[in-house]
Amino acid sequence: MAEVSFRNIHKSFGKVKVIEGVTIDVADGEFVVIVGPSGCGKSTLLRILAGLETVTSGEVMIGGKVVNDLAPKDRDVAMVFQNYALYPHMSVYGNMAYGLKIRGLPKAEIDARVQRAAEILQLTEFLKRNPRDLSGGQRQRVAMGRAIVREPTVFLFDEPLSNLDAKLRVQMRAELLEMHKRLRTTTLYVTHDQVEAMTLADRMLVLNEGRTEQIGTPLEVYNKPATTFVAGFIGSPPMNLIPGRIAPDGATLVSDGEIDVRLPEPLPKFAGRKVLLGMRPDDLLPCEPGAALVTPHIDFTELLGSDTLVYGHIGPDKTGTRVAVRLHHAMPSVGQAALPLGFEAKSMHLFDAETEKRIEI
Amino acid sequence: MTPMLWKMSAIHAALWVLVVIITFPVVYALIVSTLTFEQTYVYPPRLIPGTELWNNVVEAWDRINMGRVYFVTGVVSAGTAVVKIILSLMAAFAYTHFKFRGRALLFPLTMITQMLPLPVRILPTFEMMADLQWINTYSGLMFPFFASTTGILLFRQFYLTVPRDLPDAARVDGAGPMRYFLQILVPLSRTNIAALFVIEFIFMWSQYLWPLIITTTADMRMMQIGLKMLIATDQIAPAWNVIMAGTIVSMLPPLVVLMLFRKSFAEGIALQTQK
Repeated sequence: MAEVSFRNIHKSFGKVKVIEGVTIDVADGEFVVIVGPSGCGKSTLLRILAGLETVTSGEVMIGGKVVNDLAPKDRDVAMVFQNYALYPHMSVYGNMAYGLKIRGLPKAEIDARVQRAAEILQLTEFLKRNPRDLSGGQRQRVAMGRAIVREPTVFLFDEPLSNLDAKLRVQMRAELLEMHKRLRTTTLYVTHDQVEAMTLADRMLVLNEGRTEQIGTPLEVYNKPATTFVAGFIGSPPMNLIPGRIAPDGATLVSDGEIDVRLPEPLPKFAGRKVLLGMRPDDLLPCEPGAALVTPHIDFTELLGSDTLVYGHIGPDKTGTRVAVRLHHAMPSVGQAALPLGFEAKSMHLFDAETEKRIEI
Repeated sequence: MTPMLWKMSAIHAALWVLVVIITFPVVYALIVSTLTFEQTYVYPPRLIPGTELWNNVVEAWDRINMGRVYFVTGVVSAGTAVVKIILSLMAAFAYTHFKFRGRALLFPLTMITQMLPLPVRILPTFEMMADLQWINTYSGLMFPFFASTTGILLFRQFYLTVPRDLPDAARVDGAGPMRYFLQILVPLSRTNIAALFVIEFIFMWSQYLWPLIITTTADMRMMQIGLKMLIATDQIAPAWNVIMAGTIVSMLPPLVVLMLFRKSFAEGIALQTQK
């Protein structure tokens, strides 16, 4: 078991900068999810920790030791790959035992470890089979088994569930959590799936274009997104971002004559500043037209059974700001053209329109 | 009969005609090898097998010292195929898994050699072998065939289809490059290896021009030269029954190799065309 640190990591492939100054300390036994859109550098970060890529600058540490120059095999990490990367010509047993054989463990020890891992993952009856005779979920388990038997100090997962169907993904997510609870091994987990990130992470690292957008627990990230990127990336549908301006008195926020709302606390420092008003689709509540703070024109609705998603826009035509609303019941009156909405001041998020950073209120 | 059945029957008939055309020379050789010398010169040609097969085989065997020819040709064909496969596996591994200075230049160069078949470079190659004093040696017979563009290309194409995660997984498991190559990549290439072995074995078994030039003594004679010797006797008319018996005998080893590797061979070829 060990803590892991990235210290100001930079990585370029030729002229392309993939990672620009990522720093994070992962505590011993912590489950950290690295999340971001494709091409944000999250997999590269994981491969750097595994030793499959070198850094351009910065320090990678495992257990307080700088490992920049250590080969993957000397880092005591185990990795689960997106496509499982099982050895096709070896049995399930052979796949799990391979790394241990290379390390020269005694046969009895290898056997004991593989049997134990197979039991945890319910693979005992498949040990003699070849990977190609297994289902996707079983292959995924074998890949996990190969990591478990190594008893590494750090587990690395690179989008391990993305090739599974939705139902299996939910099941495997639960099993992963179960496994982590049992083994308490420091884990870094890469995904682009925000649901995986929210459900698995002790803490998450949101990456965008190689830069850290935010590091925090899932609820911190959801409740207090540090940037407009995080606000738009975490949550489905994403947070509504409505451009506006803080009035000269610093006490109200106005937006194109549509919104005129009192801030919970006056922000004299930001008087006159352009801002973005962030509202979760769940926090917009239908109300009487007279009490409405914002009244978007409805474009279309999606009926999901338990709730209804209403998509609309603010402003004169469809080029205006898009707004999404989640109603936890059927539409109040179907067929109406506009939906008067109110919200509570405490559910407001404010972002500086220029820096796209969160403004605390 | 339904139209569908008509169509199938027509296709079958056409295919049978093709099969007959393709196999006729072999079948006819087999028939002639069973006849007496006189029977081979009757007109119209006799298509009914005779009873002289064993005698003809024995005569062909004795006349060109077939045992020795078998041995030499076997060593050269199997040896060349094995060395070729080893070199091709390793070259393809280097070209696909390592970045090294000059790779961008070396690979096209390797491909260009494909455009210069042996007959084109036969004189300089002969001179080189002569300088090395490799005339009438196994080295002289085999060496010029060791580098194989076909083999390199075959394995390279296969390696390129191996998911990138696989070598990475092996590295994390602690396998160095050569261990990954020997324990994972080579076992995965086995159908391709079988296919290449069949192709190269038969290719070497049927070599005529190079053995003709590089060997002069009877004890280094290869199969096709031996067969030629059967024709060039001091008899007035060639003994086609004996020649055909020799030919049939000469075809057996390639046939055995093909049968042994048939399944893998077909898979290997299918693998190539899929990509």
